[in-house]
Amino acid sequence: MPPVLQTVTVAPQQGGPSYLREHSLRSWLLTTDHKRVGLLYLFTIILFFAIAAVAAAIMRLNLLTPRGDLVQADTYNKLFTLHGVLMVWFFLIPSIPNVLGNFLLPLMLGARDLAFPKLNLLSWYIFILGGAIALYALLVGGVDTGWTFYTPYSSTYSNAHVALMAAGVFISGFSSILTGLNFIVTTHKLRAPGMTWFRLRLFVWSMYATSLILVLATPVLAMTLTLMALERIWHVGVFDPALGGDPLLFQHLFWFYSHPAVYIMILPGMGVVSELICAFSKKRVFGYTFVAFASLAIALLGFLVWGHHMFVSSQSVFAGMIFSFLSFLVAVPSAIKVFNWTATLYRGSISLDTPMLYAIGFIGLFTAGGMTGLFLATLGVDVHVHDTYFVIAHFHYIMVGGMVMALMGGLHFWWPKISGRMYPEFLGKMTAIVTFLGFNLTFFPQFILGYLGMPRRYHAYPEQFQVYNVLSTAGASILGIGYLLPLCYFIWSCRYGKRVGDNPWGVKGFEWETSSPPPTENFAEPPIQTEEVYNYPPPSSEPVI
Amino acid sequence: MARHQRPNTEGGEEFEDEINPVNNHQAILHQQFSDLEQQREASAAGIWVFLGSEVMFFGALILAFGVYRFNYAHAFVEGAGELNVVLGSVNTAILFSSGLTMSLAAATNKMGSRLWTLIFLLATVGLGVLFLAIKGVEYHEDWSKGLFPGEAFRWTGSDSPHVQLFFLLYFIMTGLHAVHLLVGIGLMLVVLWLAWRGWIHDQHFMPLEVAGVYWHFVDLIWIFLFVLLYLLGGKI
Ligand code: HEM
Ligand SMILES: [Cu+2]
Repeated sequence: MPPVLQTVTVAPQQGGPSYLREHSLRSWLLTTDHKRVGLLYLFTIILFFAIAAVAAAIMRLNLLTPRGDLVQADTYNKLFTLHGVLMVWFFLIPSIPNVLGNFLLPLMLGARDLAFPKLNLLSWYIFILGGAIALYALLVGGVDTGWTFYTPYSSTYSNAHVALMAAGVFISGFSSILTGLNFIVTTHKLRAPGMTWFRLRLFVWSMYATSLILVLATPVLAMTLTLMALERIWHVGVFDPALGGDPLLFQHLFWFYSHPAVYIMILPGMGVVSELICAFSKKRVFGYTFVAFASLAIALLGFLVWGHHMFVSSQSVFAGMIFSFLSFLVAVPSAIKVFNWTATLYRGSISLDTPMLYAIGFIGLFTAGGMTGLFLATLGVDVHVHDTYFVIAHFHYIMVGGMVMALMGGLHFWWPKISGRMYPEFLGKMTAIVTFLGFNLTFFPQFILGYLGMPRRYHAYPEQFQVYNVLSTAGASILGIGYLLPLCYFIWSCRYGKRVGDNPWGVKGFEWETSSPPPTENFAEPPIQTEEVYNYPPPSSEPVI
Repeated sequence: MARHQRPNTEGGEEFEDEINPVNNHQAILHQQFSDLEQQREASAAGIWVFLGSEVMFFGALILAFGVYRFNYAHAFVEGAGELNVVLGSVNTAILFSSGLTMSLAAATNKMGSRLWTLIFLLATVGLGVLFLAIKGVEYHEDWSKGLFPGEAFRWTGSDSPHVQLFFLLYFIMTGLHAVHLLVGIGLMLVVLWLAWRGWIHDQHFMPLEVAGVYWHFVDLIWIFLFVLLYLLGGKI
């Protein structure tokens, strides 16, 4: 089937002027328009991604040789801490929720804005403040604890700027909470007439589940970091055993937040992929209710598995067994999603445009990441691979192979809506393929490295591991190109891209019924949902293959 | 006046305004909402979700307290014995009363009595400030007894590190509560000002309701802290 792209003509702007009309800096910094706030977040997270990526590049270069000739051990520690902290809290957690979520949630619900637009802008400023403090901590010397801030090293022994960095993370947490609150209230109260819960887009469901985690888990992190920082400043024992505290309590509290947080870093991606799969197979998702409830189930079960990070931390064997079992359970809703996406493809009229390539890449890489999660959740296996590169590969398959792929796919898919223009399709497809290959070359060798016993967080390693490390570094440079190219051609397309109509992909959904780019008030007429969601005509009876 | 026909004015006659209410100020409908009802529901939902977040915030702290209370029961009881249960109880009563005045402010506002609303709001603020003052006296007492953790901590009894842990948690928990109360007082002052200007009235009450829900939450947290911290030692 030829892409619908060529056939559309540019529709006249519906409603008021486009949300991009005003150009002054003031109009951006004081905006309460959810679409603009989404873009503010986009610019900000690109900055943090770039800094964290440079740190990663230096680490990968250093690991080219077994002796680690490039940087000293101490510098290496600071690099991976910087990389982890920025990537997790200042890039990945706000990535899809705050960029695409901000932009799309009100559009998909048929609302004029989020329920609390000023709070939304405030959340961005809070985020900037937290980010500035984290960068300041980096400039004055960095932190060497790892993104996990384990005590008592962080609270007693480290000579780095731990409290400052913790303050940055603490503050940015409030931007997460405010965003989550805004999304929950908006989903409950601002749905257009006819938009019942079971007509919500799957992206909205996943945002809703994510928001629940943001609101309920983030405060626990805030409190944990506060206690850690107080112990450091006050020199009284909360977590340091030498001072009468309990280091395991820190780990419990930290992972009570951070395991749910890893679902903050995948659920939004799942939401995007559900949209992409439906849009590019022109079919209603297979088992809509299952996919929707799987998001909630993941959010809920995600709160009950934190102990799988502590199998070797002298947690009781009995607790280990329970956490192992619960971790297996949490894989069930994830698997449901994967099966349902695949079933949706069956007999769909599939078109392999750039976003779809990213979506398909997501499914494969997420499956690999999730399956290895099950290896790790198996008590005995984890004793072998805990704190090795196997764990690194596991979570990068999900966070980078999954979430970042979904972010890229989503950006390509909604780019015409965001900017009113098309990105170069051929280049886009090539980039998607390059990213996929580069990613696998970077991280697959790390599974092997970990299995062979190379521990994580070391700046040097025994010689027999060199081959895999060189492969991984080579892959990383390809991956880097895969991220640079879209940056260039998205900027290019803002000026030179082909203008598009309201619905360049020919798909269903409120956001495609308004202009591209939409007017400030989103819709000329408040929309009404009159049919089921993803109401595509049934696939033709003759098999497509 | 139309207000007299509203069903919920039952018993409202005695609260009839002595001051002329400035009820002509209409609630502003923000552009993202289609009607005032929707806007009100959104504010109410917002504050409740926020409180969910707050519960987890204090929850982490209470969990930490629970774990150590269980592990170092003896030291914690010793430490709690040093707290001033009398002042703590007085404060509990004060905060309870402020919850009552808060509810009365909301109720009288719905009845349309601006004077009583102002009086009850003022009383709420006053009780909040009184609580903080008494808490300050207590902190001073603790400090001079050498109970403040860190350099200044003096403990002659046994298991000093874990007694100090008790006091650390005590200061963090009550301190955090005090910060919340301070925010609550700030909110109340804003609401008071709005009511004074006639910008809050029986048709436009959401700011008052939202601030009220927050206030009750801060009260509620104190109940937990009082039971956990003060009633542990059992000495009066
Ligand atoms: C299918 C469900 C999953 C299971 C059963 C699972 C299991 C595990 C286990 C057992 C570990 C601990 C390994 C160790 O330290 O020895 C782990 C680590 C990790 N997982 Fe997963 N995982 C799953 C999904 C995810 C997802 C969706 C993400 C992120 C989006 C993620 C991110 C991480 C991270 C960041 C770590 C390492 C944390 C660190 O120590 O720095 N996992 N996973
Ligand atoms: Cu986990």
